[in-house]
This record gives sequence, C-alpha cells and structure tokens, in this order.
Amino acid sequence: MAITRDDVEKVALLARLRLSETELGTLTDELAQIVTYVDQLAEVDTDGVEPMAHAVEVSNVFSPDEVKPSLPREQALANAPSRNERGYLVPAVLGG
Amino acid sequence: MTLVERSATDLLAQLADGSATSAEITREYLDRIESHDETIGAFLRIDAKAAMAQAAEVDRRRGAGEPLGKLAGLPVAVKDVLCDVDTTTTCASRMLENFRSPYDSTVVAKLKAADAVLIGRTNMDEFAMGGSTENSAYQVTRNPWDTQRAPGGSSGGAAACVAAGMTPLSIGTDTGGSIRQPAGLCGVVGLKPTYGRVSRFGLIAFASSLDQVGPLASNVSDAALLLEIIAGHDPSDATSLDVPVPAYSETVHRPLEGLRLGVVNEHFTEGINAEVETAVRAAIGVYESLGATVKEISLPHSKHAVATYYVIAPSEASSNLARYDGVHYGHRTNRAELLAELADERKGFEAAGDQASVDDMDSPLVRMYRRSRAEGFGSEVKRRIMLGAYALSAGYYDAYYLKALKVRRLIRQDYDAAFQEVDLIAGPVTAEPAFKLGQMAGDPLAMYLVDLYTVGANLAGLPGICLPCGFSETGLPIGLQLQAPPLAEETLLRGARMYEQATDWHERRIELKD
Repeated sequence: MAITRDDVEKVALLARLRLSETELGTLTDELAQIVTYVDQLAEVDTDGVEPMAHAVEVSNVFSPDEVKPSLPREQALANAPSRNERGYLVPAVLGG
Repeated sequence: MTLVERSATDLLAQLADGSATSAEITREYLDRIESHDETIGAFLRIDAKAAMAQAAEVDRRRGAGEPLGKLAGLPVAVKDVLCDVDTTTTCASRMLENFRSPYDSTVVAKLKAADAVLIGRTNMDEFAMGGSTENSAYQVTRNPWDTQRAPGGSSGGAAACVAAGMTPLSIGTDTGGSIRQPAGLCGVVGLKPTYGRVSRFGLIAFASSLDQVGPLASNVSDAALLLEIIAGHDPSDATSLDVPVPAYSETVHRPLEGLRLGVVNEHFTEGINAEVETAVRAAIGVYESLGATVKEISLPHSKHAVATYYVIAPSEASSNLARYDGVHYGHRTNRAELLAELADERKGFEAAGDQASVDDMDSPLVRMYRRSRAEGFGSEVKRRIMLGAYALSAGYYDAYYLKALKVRRLIRQDYDAAFQEVDLIAGPVTAEPAFKLGQMAGDPLAMYLVDLYTVGANLAGLPGICLPCGFSETGLPIGLQLQAPPLAEETLLRGARMYEQATDWHERRIELKD
C-alpha cells in the first residue's frame, strides 16, 4: 500500500493539520517509508487472535452515580485564547 | 564546592538527624544547576525562590515537630508533562507554552503530600514523542557524559539532571522506553511500572494504553522509594489497578534466592554494538555468580514489536492530540491573519471562476484548527498524528490498527510463556550507547528503531528497569534492562539491587567542569 501525496492531503484534513508544500512532499516520503516498514505486520499469522487494546485488562470500572462539584467556570475558562463571561469564543462554524 | 551526597536515602537520613537542612541541600542543588545547566539544558524552568521557600517551610515544620511526608525536604525534578497548578505544563511544545493546569496530576499531588521540594521542570521530546529530547520546541538537552551526544528521550531532561547531580530524584514517563532508554544512555536508574501501577490522572496523554509515569534516581534503593510514593490506585484514573502498594523501599535490599534469569535469543542477533553485548553478558555472568540460573528463552514476535508500537502509539496519539484545536487552551492562530488568508483564497478562486473550490473551502473554524495545530506542533508530532490518522482511517483500520492489536496480544503471550520458566528477563536497553546530537536527523525510522528493546514492555504492560552495567571505551554508559511479569516490581527491584550491590557502576560520577 504505497502512500501517495493525495492520501497525505486527505489525511491532513482528517487530522486538521495544514501542511506547506514542502511539508507535504517530505511527509509523503517519510510516511511512505514508515508504512512500508509497518507493512511487515501483514506477515504475522493472527487467525483467531483477539485484539488487545489494553495491556493489563480491567473491566467494569464504575464510579458511584453521585453528584460532585465540577471545575468552576472561571478556572475552566482561565486558559481560553478568546472568551466572554460564559464561554469560549471561536470563528464562525458555518459559512465564510 | 562540596557536593552533597547524591543518594536520596542518605539525604533523608541527614535531614532526619538534623545534620543537614532542606535549605542547605536545596541551595547546593540549585547552585549546581546554575553552574552547569546552561551547558546541559536539562531544565525548562527552575523557580529558585519557590524551591527555597518550600525547603524553608519543611525545615520550619520539622523544627516545630510537625509530621512530615516521606520525601520531606528532598528535591525532586518533574518532567514537564505532568500537570501542576503552581507552574505551566508545556510538554516542551509551543502548543502549550502558556498552559496553566487548573488541577494537580495525582503524581504531583503525591509528591507535594510527601513534602518533596519540586525543584524544576525537565526538558523532553515534544508531547513525549521521541528518543533523544531533540524534538523539544525549546532547547536541546545534552548528555552529561559527552555533551556532543543526546541524553536519550523522551525523558532526557529527567535522566540528565540526575546523572549530572542536579537533583537526587526525578519523575519521567515511559510510553515506548522513554524512562528506561535515557536512563541507560545517561548511566542512571529508571523504572517503568506495570501499566496501571501509577495513576495517569493529570499526565498529558500521548498513548493512553502505553503511557506510564516512573522514577529516575542514581541508585536502585532511591528508585524503589520514589516508586512507593507515587504508586497506588486512583479513582480518577479508571485504568489504575486497585491493588495495594508493597513496601518496595524495604524489600529492595533482600536478594532473590533461586533467581531464574531469562536471556532472550532474539536480543543478541546482528546489529547490537559489541561493547554493549559484552557488558550485558558480563552482567548476566554476575547474576550467575550470585546464584542465579540463566535460561535461554525466545520471544518469537519481538521482531514485530517496533512495527506494532509504531502503529498503536501514533494511532492513540492522533486521537489524544485532537483536543489541541485552539479552542479551550493552548495556541490559537492569529485571527486577523486567518481571515485574511481565507479572503485571499476566495478571491483567487473567484477570479479563476472556480466555484467548486469556493464551495470546498475550509470554514473559518476548520481553518483555525488547521492553522493553530500547524503552528503549535513540531514536525515529529505532526508525523505521528498523520501516521495515526492514516492507520485509523476507513479502509486501513483493519490492516493496520486492528492487526497491530492482534500482534500485541501475541507479544504479550510470548512474555507470559517466558515467565512460566523465568522470574526476570535480562538484556540490553539499547543496541548502542549514546548517539551524537543530530545523528538521526532526516531519518525518523532510524530513531524509531532505537526503541527495539524497550517497546515490548509497554505493549505487554509489564514493568521494566534500567540500571548501569558498564561503560564503553570512550566512557559512555551502558545500561542493563530487567523485565518482570505484571505487578512484580518488588522482584524487579530486588533483582536490580542484587546486581548493584555486587558492582560499583552506579558510583562512577561525572566530573563537570565549573
């Protein structure tokens, strides 16, 4: 599975990254090299093997359904790049 | 300048019997940092006034007979990846340059409760991604043994500051080897606990199924003490294990009777540096002379460990780093420039009559995400986010991410089978001693392959420790790695201490020129 520049552009959008022309070129080469290396995993016989997402498996770790104080609003907004009294300010979601 | 004894255990004894105050000890370490850290670059930030104030407060409380925590008055450095309300947490990234966490990570909270003096925040590879600390957005950290060489990474600062005698203890993190590898390259002791042994609450996440916080120190007993302080179940971390913390600092001195030591065939095939192999085999010989039996074992899937890791870790990272979007915290791109850029693009398309492209354009919000992230992240971070997003994307998820998770289980099963026959596995931590700064520039894959011996423990969730076992002809440290079954840190520490007691590598000090 050779990675193309087109693949890289599509993935950059998924990853919400803006890449310069130079970066697109370099990353295409680098990712192609790395992906070729990890392609070796295809050789491993994994028939009947369950995926292991967690190294030391715990299950059903619940916490009691109790109301506790959450982070106060001012603290939650303290690092905001742009805010008003109530929340975070961002550019328009729709349109231009 | 007289150097205070570097062992944390000795310092604590001096503090307890009154032969030294925390202010004196902290002052000496701060002086040493001032003299040498301009060259070494281990610390991103030091607040000398705050550290001396903490020290003075502990001395006052001790004098007043008040109860004190187990690290009272002792300096500890912390990798700049663990949240602390009293400082910024940058992860050595421009993305979080001014980020001030509203809460303490559990590990930092435990250090504060133990009355440690938090002396400074150490340099790292950005977002813990790297093996040399060269990916820091702020500064280079140099290996104190040879300042033309890297200290390893991503906890390079944490390892270097202990090696250079700038602090008796430090805290690092290990996702693919990032405590053990720099410990090995810097000639100190570094331990990665069992996954879930130490809380990840407030640890800025790189790869959630692999990350662990752990101690670095100049000797095994000190590492045992620091592990005992930071370990434990945490209700705020659903992946932390609800098991008691053994008294590691007490049991560490008891040698292991009838130790069965495993040596992995696959670790000694081509590619390993001759001096590293000699030193590691000599260390195994020391264990034999101490009464251990050595058994050759195989971890057949270990040759796939790096590939497995470099699918899983970037995949998890791409998800974890999606939160850095310039909205709630962290770097946000300049608004005027953003809008001007979009306006220019639109004009260009309209002039060319290209309505399709106009319709396809990023909304201002999406363009804000893309610019903020592009400006805030360094190139290694971008590379791994891209790799992860690719491996998780439709059409590739099964072949890459899911496949890697299956191989992960096979890797774990190899270890489980091995630990039926042996108690500990001994081997190298890296194939080479410390490499030169800039040596791997332009070759990301070469850097990834440095993780050869360390990623297995992260994938399998096992504890591992690195301790010094020799020096190259040119005076570079060589590390020995021990690995143990899950939750066998006691065995790991006792096994490491056995070797340390029979050797004196850990007593060799660096002569730093004033």
